[in-house]
Amino acid sequence: MAVAELGETVSELRQAYESGRTRSLAWRQAQLRGLLRLLKEQQETAFEALHEDLGKHRAEAYRDEVGLLMKSANVALRQLGKWMTPEKVWVPLVAFPATGQIVPEPLGVILIFACWNVPLGLSLEPLIGAIAAGNAVALKPSELSPCTAKFLAENVGKYMDAAAVKVVQGGPEVGEQLMEHRWDKVLFTGSPRVGRAVMAAASKHLTPVALELGGKCPCIFDMMSSARELQIAVNRIVGAKWSCCAGQACLAIDYLLVEERYLPVLLKVLKSTMKRFFSDADAMARIVNARHFQRLSNLLKDKEVAPSILHGGSMDAENLYIEPTILLNPPLDSAIMTEEIFGPLLPIITLKKIEDSIAFVRTMPKPLALYAFTGDAKLRRRIVEETSSGSVTFNDAVVQYAIDALPFGGVGQSGSGQYHGKYSFEMFSHKKAVMKRGYLIELTLRYPPWNERKIALMRHLYRFDYFGFVLCFLGLRR
Amino acid sequence: MAAAAAEQLRESFSTGRTRPAAWREAQLRGVLRMATEMETEICDALHADLAKPRTESYVQEISQVKSSCKFALKNLKKWMKPQKVSAGVLTFPSTARIAAEPLGVVLVISAWNYPFLLSVDPVIGAIAAGNAVVLKPSEIAPATSALLADLLPRFVDGSCIKVAEGGVPETTALLEQKWGKIFYTGNGKVGRIVLSLAAKHLTPVVLELGGKCPVVVDSNVDAHVAAKRIAVGKWGCNNGQACVAPDFIITTNSFAPKLVESLEKVLLKFYGKDPLQSPDLSQIVNSNHFNRLSRLMDEEMVSDKVVFGGQRDELQLKISPTLLLDVPLDSAIMKEEIFGPLLPIITVDKIHESFALINSMTKPLAAYLFTKDSTLQDQFENGISAGATIINDTSIHLTNLHLPFGGVGESGMGAYHGTFSFEAFSHKKAILARCFIGETKARYPPYTPEKLKIVKGVLKGNLLAMIQAISGCPRGA
Repeated sequence: MAVAELGETVSELRQAYESGRTRSLAWRQAQLRGLLRLLKEQQETAFEALHEDLGKHRAEAYRDEVGLLMKSANVALRQLGKWMTPEKVWVPLVAFPATGQIVPEPLGVILIFACWNVPLGLSLEPLIGAIAAGNAVALKPSELSPCTAKFLAENVGKYMDAAAVKVVQGGPEVGEQLMEHRWDKVLFTGSPRVGRAVMAAASKHLTPVALELGGKCPCIFDMMSSARELQIAVNRIVGAKWSCCAGQACLAIDYLLVEERYLPVLLKVLKSTMKRFFSDADAMARIVNARHFQRLSNLLKDKEVAPSILHGGSMDAENLYIEPTILLNPPLDSAIMTEEIFGPLLPIITLKKIEDSIAFVRTMPKPLALYAFTGDAKLRRRIVEETSSGSVTFNDAVVQYAIDALPFGGVGQSGSGQYHGKYSFEMFSHKKAVMKRGYLIELTLRYPPWNERKIALMRHLYRFDYFGFVLCFLGLRR
Repeated sequence: MAAAAAEQLRESFSTGRTRPAAWREAQLRGVLRMATEMETEICDALHADLAKPRTESYVQEISQVKSSCKFALKNLKKWMKPQKVSAGVLTFPSTARIAAEPLGVVLVISAWNYPFLLSVDPVIGAIAAGNAVVLKPSEIAPATSALLADLLPRFVDGSCIKVAEGGVPETTALLEQKWGKIFYTGNGKVGRIVLSLAAKHLTPVVLELGGKCPVVVDSNVDAHVAAKRIAVGKWGCNNGQACVAPDFIITTNSFAPKLVESLEKVLLKFYGKDPLQSPDLSQIVNSNHFNRLSRLMDEEMVSDKVVFGGQRDELQLKISPTLLLDVPLDSAIMKEEIFGPLLPIITVDKIHESFALINSMTKPLAAYLFTKDSTLQDQFENGISAGATIINDTSIHLTNLHLPFGGVGESGMGAYHGTFSFEAFSHKKAILARCFIGETKARYPPYTPEKLKIVKGVLKGNLLAMIQAISGCPRGA
C-alpha cells in the first residue's frame, strides 16, 4: 500500500471514530454479529486459507482459531452491556453530597499487528476486544500468512463497518509506515526483536502498547502415579507441541524437564503416542516458509546439538516438513536452548531431582506459559511462588488459552498487557474516574487563608474521625 | 552505579524477602511512621524547595501518603489472595485462579512539584505488590530529595528499597538498566524518552504526565462557590504548579464578568491585598520556570489581556494569582501547559462551544465542569475524554483512593492510587489446574469428522458434545 493511501486509511479511521458512531452498544453488537456471520459463512474459505498458508488441518483450524473466535465473540455479545456499565465507587462522607464512578471509554483508533502462526485468531481475537470497547480499528495481518491476510482483507469490510474497521496488507515497511502515525493503542503479537522496534516507534507519539511475545515455555514433567495418567499426560504434551501449528506457537511446549530415572518410561510412551497421532503426515502443519525452515534446520545441524537427536530429525525442504523430533540434553548454551524454538523440535533436559527444575527455569527469561505435570502439591506451590511466567498450567498445556476468565499475556520478556474475555475490553479502554459534587454543603476549612485550627480540623477529617472533627469544630478539642 | 544498584536489588529480590505479607506490612508501617514522626522535617524541606505553605504540605502530601499507607495495610491481604475464577466448561473438570505476583525490581522517577507525595505514593504501591524499588526523586526539589535519601533507609528495609539522587545523567543511567516496571511522573517530552529507553528492555511503564486541564463554567451556578473551588484547585495547589490544577477556564460571554468579579473577591480573601507577601502562596520552583511563566504573560497579544494580578518578585520567585481574559487561542499560554498561577479565561457565545475547543487539544489529565444542568453533565462525561472528569469541583478526586488516577493520550498511560497502585506493580498470573479424570480424545490427531463434530459441539457449549468429549469419544481413535 502506498504511503499516501496509508495516510488516508488512518484519517478515515480517525474520522469514523470522531463521528461517534463506534460508541453505541448497537454498533458494537452489530460488528460482533457481523464477525460471527463471517466466521460461519466463510468458514470453508478460512480453512482453505489456513491450509494454504500453514498446511493446517481443518480440525486444528477450527479447534484453535475459528471455533475459539466464535466462542469469544459470543461471550463479548453476552457480556458487553455489563462491561460497558460504569462502576460505582465509595465516596467519603466529607465530600457529601457526591458520587464517584469509573467509566470505561474507548481509547480511539487501535492498531493490531497479528503474527503468522495463528493468523486468524491473533487478528480477530484482539479485534473483538477493540470493537467491544468502542474503538475504530486497523488490522495488519502478517505477510508471512498471505492467504489469510487476503481472506481478512476481502471479508472484514463486507461483514463489518468498513469505514471503522480496516485491514492493511503488506510487509515490514508497511508496518513501519503505520507506526509513523499516532494511534491510541497498539497491540503487537510477534517476536521480542520486532516488539522493541514497535515500542520505540510508539514512544514518539506516547502511544501505549501491549506486547504479546513468546519465550521458551518449559514443561516440568514429574512422575505420574499410573500408566493411565502417564498416557493422558503424554497425549496432552504431544498435542501441545506438535498439534499446535507444528510447535510454531507462543504457547507450545518449548522444552521438557524430567528426572533422569524417569526418562526411559517417558520416552517409550512419547514415541508410541507420536507415532499414533502423526501416522498421517497431513495431521501436522508445515513450517511456514523457507527462512524458518532454514532456521530450524540450523538448530538441528549445530555440531554440538546433532548428537543429541534421539528421535526424528528428518527434513523435507521442498514440502517444508520437519519430522517431530526429540533431542536429549543438548548443550545449554546452544541456540536450541537459548532461543525460542518455534518448531517441531523438543529438547528433553534431565535432572537429578524434579525440584531442580525450579532453579533451571529461573535462569531463563520469564516465559509466556509454564507447564507442570505433577500431583505433588508442595512442588506445585513452589512452582507458583518461585517462578514467574505469563501463566501456569498444571497437568495440561495450551488449553488455558480457551478460558475467557483467565487473562492471557506475558511478563518480562514474554510481553506486557493481557487480553481475552473482559481483559480484551479493558485492554482497549480507558477507565475514566468521574466525580460529581453538589452545592449543598460547603466546607470552608478547605480554603486559604490557612491557620492551625483549619489544619487540626483537617487532621480529624482525613482520619474519618467525624466525632473528633465535631468536637474540634466546637472548640472542645484541639 | 545505577547498574550496581539494580543488580544488588535483583539479588535481594531473588532471595524472596519482599514476598511475604509480613515484610510488606513492615515497610508500609515504616513509611507511615516516617510521615508521622518527621512531619516537621518534611514540611521544612517542602518549604525550602517551594515555599509550600504548611497546610498544603500536610493536607496534600503528608496526609495523602498516610492515607495511602493505611489503605494498603488494610487491603493487603485481600490483594494478595488469589482470586478464584470460573474455568468454564471447556476444560471441565479444572480449577482456575488469578494470583498477583511482583514484577521484580522497579524504578520510580518522581517530579518536583509534589516531591514528597509523588515519590512515596508510587513506592507504597510497589512495596505493597512485593517488589524491590529504586526511587529517583527530582533534583529540582533538592531539599526533599536529600531528605528522602536520608529518611527512607531509616524507616524501611534498605536492602530492597533504595533512593538514588542525581540529575539528568544519573536518571539516564538508571533508565538504561533493565527493570520490571518504570513509573514516571513528569512531562510529555521526558515521558517519550522514558518510553523509548524502556523499549530496549521491553519494560512496561506507567507515565503520569500533564496537559491543559480545562474548567468549563456554566452560567447557572453560584459564581462565588465556583470561584472558591476553582481558586483552591488552582492557587491552593502549589500556586498552579500541579498536573491537575485548572489550566484555563471556558465560560459564556454573559457570565464572564460575574465569574471574574467572584474570582477577584475570592483571591482577595485568600491571599490579601498583597499576595506576594502571603505565606499561603507557594513560590515558583526556580528561575527557569519563573522566566518561562513571565514569557507567557509578556507575549505581545497576551500582556494586554491581564485583568487581575500580574505582580512578580524575581528575588523571591513569586508570581501573584493572575487572570487573563480572552487571550488568542494560538498564543503560547494557550498551547503549552501553564503549570503556574496564570489563569486564562476564554469566552464563548454558547457553553456547548467549549466542547469543540477542548477536543481540539490533547486529552488532559482532568477536565472540570461547573453546572447544574444534568444534560450538560452527561454530554460532558460522554463527549470529553480525559484522565478524569469532575463535576462542580476541582482536584478532589485525588483523595478518593477508590478512583484510578492517571491520564490518557498525551496525559499519560496507566493509573494508580488504592488498588490500582497494587495492580500497577503486579503481574496477574493465570493459573489453571487440571486433572486426569476425563480425557478428551477428540482433541488429538489423527483427526476425523466425528472428532471435529465433537470439538465443534464443545466450543459451542453443547452439553451432549461435552459429555461425549469427556468420556473419551469417539471410541477407537
